[in-house]
Amino acid sequence: MVSATSLTSGFGIWDPVLWVLAIIIGLVIAWILWSSGVSAFKKGTEQARPYLSGNAEPPKGEVHIRAGNLYWGFTEGIKGYYQRIVPLHTGIMTDYLLWMFWVAGILLIIVMVV
Amino acid sequence: MIPGYITTNAPALLIAVPLLGAFLSPLIGRISRDTRALWVLAVMTLTTLIGYLTAFLVYTEGTLIYVFGASEASLAIPPDSGGIPIRIIFTLDAMSALMVTIAVTVGFAVILYSLTSDARRSGLEAYYTIFLLMIGAVLGMVSTGDLFNFFVFLEISSLASAGLVAYKVENGRAVEAGLKYLLVSTIGGIFFLFAIGILYGQYNALNMAMLADMIQWTPLDKLALVLVVAALAAKCGAVPMHFWTPDAYSMAPSAVTAMLVVASQASLYGLFRICFTLYGITLNYVTIGWVIIILGILSMIIGVTMAIPQKDIKRLMAYHAVSQTGYMLLGVGVGLAVLGDQALLNSYGMTAMEGGIFHIFNHAMYKGLLFLTAGAIIYQVGTSDLNRMGGLGHRMKWTMIFFIIGALAIAGIPPFNGFASKFLIYESVFAFSPILSVIAMVVSILTLASFVKVFHSVFMGPPLPGNEQVREAPHTMLIGMTILAAIVIISGIFPEFFVQNLITPAAHALTDQAGYISAVLGGA
Repeated sequence: MVSATSLTSGFGIWDPVLWVLAIIIGLVIAWILWSSGVSAFKKGTEQARPYLSGNAEPPKGEVHIRAGNLYWGFTEGIKGYYQRIVPLHTGIMTDYLLWMFWVAGILLIIVMVV
Repeated sequence: MIPGYITTNAPALLIAVPLLGAFLSPLIGRISRDTRALWVLAVMTLTTLIGYLTAFLVYTEGTLIYVFGASEASLAIPPDSGGIPIRIIFTLDAMSALMVTIAVTVGFAVILYSLTSDARRSGLEAYYTIFLLMIGAVLGMVSTGDLFNFFVFLEISSLASAGLVAYKVENGRAVEAGLKYLLVSTIGGIFFLFAIGILYGQYNALNMAMLADMIQWTPLDKLALVLVVAALAAKCGAVPMHFWTPDAYSMAPSAVTAMLVVASQASLYGLFRICFTLYGITLNYVTIGWVIIILGILSMIIGVTMAIPQKDIKRLMAYHAVSQTGYMLLGVGVGLAVLGDQALLNSYGMTAMEGGIFHIFNHAMYKGLLFLTAGAIIYQVGTSDLNRMGGLGHRMKWTMIFFIIGALAIAGIPPFNGFASKFLIYESVFAFSPILSVIAMVVSILTLASFVKVFHSVFMGPPLPGNEQVREAPHTMLIGMTILAAIVIISGIFPEFFVQNLITPAAHALTDQAGYISAVLGGA
C-alpha cells in the first residue's frame, strides 16, 4: 500500500518513515540486548589500555591514520587511470579555455551533422 | 495581511531589495560593524521573505508575469511595438519558483553563517556588498524571461563571484582562483552574448517566450544552442569544463562557496530553460539529450574519482560538487532525450527530470551544509589540509553531526534527501539505459567512500597535537548549518511532499513550452 509519505518512481516505492521506524525499532532491540549484558568494563584501568603485542603505546598523535594514507590501494589499483586524468588538471588558465573551445567545436560538429 | 503593492511587485522587489541593500551596505557600515551586520541580515531576511512570497504566489496562482515599465502584465506586448515584447519581462513559473526558493534559503543560511565566520576579516564593506549583489544576480537569472537580461545577471553573478573567490587573497592563490573563474566566466559570457546576437539577428526578439514561439532550428539556431550549452555547462562546472571549480570553490570563503553552488545551479537552470522552453521539441532532442547525459556521466565519474585522492577538504568537496552536478545533468538529460515521445516521457522521462530537479534542490542544501561544516573546521583549526586534522569529533560535536548528515545525504544514504532524488534517478534512468543507472550507483558508493575518508581524517582518532585549543564553532555559524541540516532531514523523510508541491510542478513547467509562451504572449 502506498502511504502519504511514500515516494513513487513509477517502478518502485520508497517510504522513509517506515524505514526510520524500522531503524528505531532495531536500535531499541540492540539497546535492550546491550543493557541486559554484564558490565565488566572499568574506565581508567588496565582494561582501557590498547594491547599492541607487548609494545609500548605510541603518542596519540602518531597513531592517527592521516588522509594522505587512506585509499592508497584504490588509487594504486587504478594508477593507469589517474596517470591520464590528473595531468589534465594543469591549473593553467589557457588550458581551461582550450577545453571550452574543444567542447564547443565538438558539439557544433555533432549538432550540425546528426 | 501583506499589502497589495508588495504582492503585485514581489518579482521586482526580489531583485531590488538585495541590490539596494548591497549598495547601501558600505554606507551603513560607516556607523559600526554591528550595524552593518544587522543591516545585511535584515536585507537578506527581507529578500528571503519576498522570495518565499513570490514562490507562494507562483504555486497558488500560476506563472507570474512582471513587466517592467508597464502598469499590468497584460501590457507585455505594447500596442505600438509591432507585436514584440520590448520591455524586460520577468516570467516566474514553478521551475523559477523552485530556484528562487533554493537561492533565498541557502542565501539566508550562509549570510547568517558569514556574520561570524568572516567577521575577523578586513574589507567587509566590499564583501557584503558583493555578496548581496551575487544573491540578487542569482535571483535575477532564475526570474527573468528575457535572454539579454539573463546575460546581464549572469555577468553580475560572475563578477561578484570572482570578487568573492579572490577576497581572502591567501598569498595570491585566491586571487589566481578568482582570475581563473573570471576568465572562464567571461569567455562563457561572450559565447552566450554571441548566441543572443544570432537569435536576435534572426527573430528580432530577446524575450524567451517570443523566441520560443518563432524558433525554427536553422543552422544559426544550432550554432546559438551550441554556444549556450558550452557557456552554461562550463559555468555549472560540467566535465571537461570543470577545471575552475576546485580552484574557485576551495579558495573562496566557505559561506561564499555554499552560495557559489547555487550560482552554478542558476547556470544549470539557464541551460535547462533554454533547451526546454526556448528550443523545446524543435531541437534534435535525442542528440542534445545525449550530449547532456554524456556531460553528466563524465562529470559524475571524473568528479568523484578526482575527489578521492584530494588532501584539501574544500578541494575534495569541490570535486564532489562536479560529480553531483552530473546527476542533475543525467536526470534532466534523460527527460530531454525522450521529450518528443510522450509515451516514454510519461513512462520514465518525467520521473528522471523530477529526480534531476529534486537533486538540484537537495544538492544546494547538503552541499551548502558540507561547505559550511568545512568552513567551521577551517575556522577553528586554521587549515584546510586533511593531513593536519584529526580527533576534532571530541571538541566539535555539533559540526561533526552536521557533517555526518551532509555526508550521508550526498552519498545517497537513506533516509536523507540525497537518497530520495537518487532513487528517482536510478529507477527512471534504468528504464532508459541500465548501464547509466549502474554508473550512477557506483559513483554514489565512491562518494560514500570519499566522505568516510574525510570523516575519519577530521573527526576520528585522538585529538592531534596543536589542536588542543579547538572549540565548537560559534552559535551563528551553527544556526546557519542547522537550517540546512533540518531541510536535508525533512526533505529526506518527507520527500513526497517536496516532490508533489515543488518538484513535479517544476518539471511540468520545463516541459510545458506552450504554457510558458501563452503565459507571456497571452495567445498573441
